[in-house]
Amino acid sequence: MNMTTPESINSPLIRLEGITKVYGSGPAAVHALKGVDLTIDKGEFVAVMGPSGSGKSTCMNILGCLDTPTAGTYRFKGVDVGGLSRDQRALLRRNYLGFVFQGFNLLSRTSALENVELPLIYRGVPARERHAKARDALKAVGLEGWEFHTPAELSGGQQQRVAIARAMVIEPEVLMADEPTGNLDSVTGREIMDLLCSFNTERGVTIVMVTHDAGMAGYAGRIVRFLDGLIDSEEPGRRHVS
Amino acid sequence: MIWETIILALRAIRRNVLRSFLTILGIVIGVAAVITMVTLGDGATEQVRADISSLGSNMLQVRPGQGFRGPGGVRVFAERFKLSDAQAIEREIAGLKAVAPLSDQSGQAISGNRNWSTTVTGSTNDYLTVRNWPLESGRVFTESELNSGRAVCILGATIARELFGDQDPLGAFIRLDRLSCQVVGVLASKGQSSFGQDQDDLVMVPIRTMQRRIAGNTDVKAILVSAMDGVSTEALREDIERLMRERRRVSEGQDDDFHVRDMQEIVSTLTSTTRVLTALLGAVAAVSLLVGGIGIMNIMLVSVTERTREIGTRLAIGAREGEVLMQFLIEAVVLSSLGGLFGIALGLGAAALGARLLGVPFVFNPGIVILAFVFSASVGMIFGFFPARRAARMDPIEALRHE
Ligand SMILES: Nc1ncnc2c1ncn2[C@@H]1O[C@H](COP(=O)(O)OP(=O)(O)OP(=O)(O)O)[C@@H](O)[C@H]1O
Ligand SMILES: [Mg+2]
Repeated sequence: MNMTTPESINSPLIRLEGITKVYGSGPAAVHALKGVDLTIDKGEFVAVMGPSGSGKSTCMNILGCLDTPTAGTYRFKGVDVGGLSRDQRALLRRNYLGFVFQGFNLLSRTSALENVELPLIYRGVPARERHAKARDALKAVGLEGWEFHTPAELSGGQQQRVAIARAMVIEPEVLMADEPTGNLDSVTGREIMDLLCSFNTERGVTIVMVTHDAGMAGYAGRIVRFLDGLIDSEEPGRRHVS
Repeated sequence: MIWETIILALRAIRRNVLRSFLTILGIVIGVAAVITMVTLGDGATEQVRADISSLGSNMLQVRPGQGFRGPGGVRVFAERFKLSDAQAIEREIAGLKAVAPLSDQSGQAISGNRNWSTTVTGSTNDYLTVRNWPLESGRVFTESELNSGRAVCILGATIARELFGDQDPLGAFIRLDRLSCQVVGVLASKGQSSFGQDQDDLVMVPIRTMQRRIAGNTDVKAILVSAMDGVSTEALREDIERLMRERRRVSEGQDDDFHVRDMQEIVSTLTSTTRVLTALLGAVAAVSLLVGGIGIMNIMLVSVTERTREIGTRLAIGAREGEVLMQFLIEAVVLSSLGGLFGIALGLGAAALGARLLGVPFVFNPGIVILAFVFSASVGMIFGFFPARRAARMDPIEALRHE
């Protein structure tokens, strides 16, 4: 898979054009997305908001190459994702994308360190380098000394930090976060947001985050609002610098 | 990547020790059963072979037929041998070390108030040569004792112990039915035969004594012949058959009314019997291995369902279909191989213990150990494939959303 075609140099990191997604068929069909156009540039921090069922997660899954749209084109770094096979999309996720989920999704009964090492294993990083990188990633999320604790021994906030370390350890282009603070109290949620912001500003990682909380969305540079399968409005966030 | 996957699999197994153990229990038991059965079977075969060669593998037994079709198709019993038949063999056939006529029957041996039922064997000193049986104390029969049928006897170790305890039986008199006999010798102990018989439970008397004073006939039940070293028992057998046909006037084209049995032949019949038994038991055990494989498939399917979210996470992180397939397949193979290893250890342990209890030698068979291991690994491969494919084909979003 060659990701550096000539056009990719000037094209935006992410470009959705007329994306639709239909679940099921016939009268029972659900039109989750009805033609979404969205462009995200490198280094942006985008918050996605909107009522429940408006298609935020569906859109995130397509952005994260976990799902394919029914129609429309998705270009990631200029490459048409629609033309990629299942395994090619897996490689794209492995090399460019990091995920943070509402439910943390850590492997249970597995130490924090082993959880963070997981994506490196799939990348074939040798053991020694892998341990070092995973330790650094845990340190960066403030979990130095917690390497050998299993998720069951960690608080929700700590678990989400491990998940963020796991997403960041591969130094992704984009961090996809679907309601990362949804299961956390507001204080812990703000700590997680501070962490994400620091990665965005200090490491330049592009962040796309779904949230229901206006306070959390305020951390973003741009807020995209979904309504009934379409983008309803866009506005700059608190951190917007123009 | 394979090595990493094996480590991942071992981690997954370690994360759920009890479940992993229960999963492989079927394989453990199956492999242990195969190993135990085959090892004990080999031991028994070895034991039979060793026992029979201790009987004298260069020995031939000549016995009258059990019954045959006489003139007019009537079933008649074959004529018994006489002492003269044994003498004829000794005289006319070359390459013999010893020829022992044999006539035995069960009887009571009595000394004082002690009483023991045993086998009374009438023969000559050649019997001890043929059976390669040394004396513990005393002497063998003298020429005159043999020729005139004196009332003397040699005791087996069991009889000596039962009738005399710690006392020296030499020179004492025992009663065999109504005959009073003087003990002149005691045999060394031979122990149990592989058929569980106590070989030391016998009283030996000169054959003439047996015929005249105990059995009251002139029959010889069997003639034992041992070949000199380097003489083919096959050739000897043909010579004896020719001689006996002549003496017993078996006409051309008529079946023999006697058997000459080569111990070598008995060895191969018996060992082939135990081999068939071993194979049969092994097959039964192999079926339990198959059941163990189905157990693995069952648990792997449960495990795949239970770990749906984990699979979703792995897919999201960028695991390819083949890698997830590989992970679960390797997990199944590692599990079943572990089961195989435990089973081999358990089976060898049980076989060693069983061999001691049954009194057969412990014969380590590397072939069956390797076969059992390869088989258990393949069981994991075959029965793990379906669950692994199910895991690999999962839709990442569905899997992530799974409760
Ligand atoms: N796998 C699916 N099969 C059928 N319908 C689906 C599926 N996934 C989502 N939908 C439907 O698509 C619509 C959009 O769902 P989506 O999960 O994107 O909403 P959302 O904006 O993330 O909502 P929430 O804020 O509650 O998470 C909903 O009507 C939902 O019922
Ligand atoms: Mg959602």
